[in-house]
Amino acid sequence: MGQNLLTQIVFYFFAVLTVGSAAAVVFSRSLIRSAFALLFTFFGVAALYAFLGADFLAATQMVIYVGGILVLLLFGVMLTHKLYELNRKSETYQLMPAVVVVFGIFGVLVTFIMRTHWHSGGQSPAVPTTAAIGELLMREYILPFEAASILLLIALIGAAMIVRRKSE
Amino acid sequence: MIGLSHYLVISAALFSLGMMGVLTRKNAVSVLMGVELILNSANINLVAFSRFSAGNLSGQVFAIFIIVVAAAEAAVGLAIVLSMYRIIKTINLDQADTLKG
Repeated sequence: MGQNLLTQIVFYFFAVLTVGSAAAVVFSRSLIRSAFALLFTFFGVAALYAFLGADFLAATQMVIYVGGILVLLLFGVMLTHKLYELNRKSETYQLMPAVVVVFGIFGVLVTFIMRTHWHSGGQSPAVPTTAAIGELLMREYILPFEAASILLLIALIGAAMIVRRKSE
Repeated sequence: MIGLSHYLVISAALFSLGMMGVLTRKNAVSVLMGVELILNSANINLVAFSRFSAGNLSGQVFAIFIIVVAAAEAAVGLAIVLSMYRIIKTINLDQADTLKG
């Protein structure tokens, strides 16, 4: 019982961390603060993966999102702003229509999540998943796996091409 | 006890916040951050359903594919943003209104 309570406390801590820092990403005025709040969101999501028994995905989330995408976004912020304007307030527009639309979507989603009676197949025990995922990728999902690798190659070459092109 | 709907509600909240970012921010990099939030919310959904369907790992494999696509999207998106900054000297989306750079 005590352990169950502890699990719940830790779960709610990470849930609040994730959603709170996501709100900071969206509502923070300074772009740098948004980027660092995004770091905590990615951490929180990785922790939720660990809660769901997805150990391999949690590690992947840390390596790719925190180590790759976030650094890339920070490069984007740094390269498109002069240093003295980094703290300038970033502007927003369409605030009221967006609030209406977003709260509408959120309300509908939560209503249906709460109303639906989910047929749970029962929780699986939290066992290491890396070997099983590897087998799935190499057997059932071999074609999407190869397609994804080609997509990644094309995207990275394309990104390099776009940036290297001379403007004049 | 923490059930499936807890994770789904967190995911819905992340999705709504990401949507808010995409709809309201003027800065192109902020919009990309919103897109990342939306992709993460989809991933939480997939992993949660995978967990609560008695150890069927297909959801986690799909989450890996989503991470791959997110990495490609971030790379190409930032390349476009940098290129746009080089040409029109701003990354405010409401000022990028010419088709010929």
